[in-house]
Amino acid sequence: MKNGFRQSMAWLHTWSGLLVGWILFAVFLTGTASYFKGEISQWMRPELHASAAGPEAAAELAVNALRQIAPRSNTWSVGLPQERDPIIRVFWRSPEARRFQNAILDPVSGERVDSRQTRGGDFFYRFHFELHMQPIWGRWVVGFCAMMMLVAIISGVITHRRIFADFFTFRPGKAPQRSWLDAHNAMAVLALPYHLMITYTGLITLMLMYMPWGIDAAYNGNRQAFFAEAVGSPPPPRAAGRPGELVAIGPLVAEAARQWGEQGVARLTVHNPTDANSVVQISRGDAGRLSMNPQTIVFNGTTGERTSETGGDGAAAATRGVTYGLHLGRFAGPVMRALFFLSGLAGTGMVATGLILWAAKHRQKRAATAKPGFGQRLVDTLNVATIAGLPIAMAGFFWANRLLPLDIAARPDWEIRVFFGLWVASLLHALIRPLRRAWIEQFAFAAFLGLAIPLLNALTTQRHLGVSLPQGDWAMAGMDLGLAGMGALMGAIAWKLARRPETVPVKRKARDAAMPAAAKSA
Amino acid sequence: MVAAVPQMTASTLWERARGWRWPGVAMRTIAAILGGYALGALASVVCATLLPLERAEAVMTGMLLSFAVYAGAVVWVFAARTALRAWVGLLIPMAVLAAAAWMTWP
Repeated sequence: MKNGFRQSMAWLHTWSGLLVGWILFAVFLTGTASYFKGEISQWMRPELHASAAGPEAAAELAVNALRQIAPRSNTWSVGLPQERDPIIRVFWRSPEARRFQNAILDPVSGERVDSRQTRGGDFFYRFHFELHMQPIWGRWVVGFCAMMMLVAIISGVITHRRIFADFFTFRPGKAPQRSWLDAHNAMAVLALPYHLMITYTGLITLMLMYMPWGIDAAYNGNRQAFFAEAVGSPPPPRAAGRPGELVAIGPLVAEAARQWGEQGVARLTVHNPTDANSVVQISRGDAGRLSMNPQTIVFNGTTGERTSETGGDGAAAATRGVTYGLHLGRFAGPVMRALFFLSGLAGTGMVATGLILWAAKHRQKRAATAKPGFGQRLVDTLNVATIAGLPIAMAGFFWANRLLPLDIAARPDWEIRVFFGLWVASLLHALIRPLRRAWIEQFAFAAFLGLAIPLLNALTTQRHLGVSLPQGDWAMAGMDLGLAGMGALMGAIAWKLARRPETVPVKRKARDAAMPAAAKSA
Repeated sequence: MVAAVPQMTASTLWERARGWRWPGVAMRTIAAILGGYALGALASVVCATLLPLERAEAVMTGMLLSFAVYAGAVVWVFAARTALRAWVGLLIPMAVLAAAAWMTWP
């Protein structure tokens, strides 16, 4: 615009960030939590123990269970136990229905899970890209926000003239908006490659939905053909209409395990299980490899012979697979995963400090005695309700998991209701209380919820820190310690806010005149 | 670090924002959101049909690049000196890509 390139980019950065900042905070925080989706799920199903059984045994159990549950289904799908997610998931579709149903099986007994019913870490994971809305709507909203995020990153980098010098600048004692700006810059620049990667790869994970037009143009709308050519997965065969006997599954899984390793066999799908044209597809897992493109061995279901295997990817398909893999980060070992987690927290902090910075600057611009306008109050309230409220809701989700009765109907839904109920309560609290009190009280409450998790775990289960640490059960112990750590962080923020004296917005000139004096007392 | 040069802070942006004619901002926003998407979509179609690669590879490449095109279009719309330039800068590439896509659409 007329004001020059960098100024217009600064304007663009402010608005593309502010308008969807609260949704982006939620997407970042739940996404960062999802790096530990498996551990969260394990913590939330404390009655289940990881089994040492190999994939062949689990596959046999799963197929037998599916024979009981859904003998007429034309597709059975099984998720085999993985190191970080040691349960069996089975999926089936009755011939009339279009959607799949699922169940969770104990990896040792093959019985339907005898543990508390919960969504586990999958709740945060799906919330991250669907916001608990109807899947199509939610994914479009998140995609739109991701595009805004991409624009915010690009415009932010263009605006930030002294990007390297300013990275080493952090002035916590200065006037509020200077400190918040420094914090915002630091967290943004510290993990800038990560933020850019995570945003662009996030768009790529759903690009088949966001930008399908090339498929329609080149394949005349035949998306199945595109998938088959792109990632080499053949379409499932039609049923022959004649009955057929499914071959034993164990040896087929064993063959796959010889090729990929025991931990490498992750998914198994049987098409037309009771038909003569049955097909068994065994797929490799994500751990230990970077690309998400499926690697699948296909067997004839009645004879057990190998019919095909997905082959090498072209460059574009490999690029898509690897960028998808980078976003999910499932290839990462413990150290890499910790780095991803910290980078995700930096991104979450970047969004949060950006929102707070806007409010602080706007408050400072107002005359000291003027009442806050609608925009100011809206942003302030949403800031509290999101930046403090969402952590409260997430912690509350864990509390609900431990405290809700085990046998109530629709138990997973009740845990989710507690999550949203707390979030709404946080919004109401933010509306009622004065701003500074609201921040302090909510952070203090989040601190309590987090710090008390190990105690809550000890009072409600047998797998508390006293047991999990000596056993080296890092999923349980890590969750207890990690949540307590997050609580401590919230507490430190609440403490710091409570100690700082009330700051009154002062007109700019007066503040500049008083700067030397303020600098001494800061 | 004393700022001898007036730094472009968000607060001065506020002053300028209030001075801008809001319809102009609204028009640019629509151009950016819808026009940017259209440009990205057209770019992906042209890649899918015109790139000298295997069909699936060309389609993938188009999809992978489309978001960069979209983001670039948004930056252009808000960087252009006048609203007219913003629109023309979108419409010309769109017309070129649309012509290329139309000629090769099977």
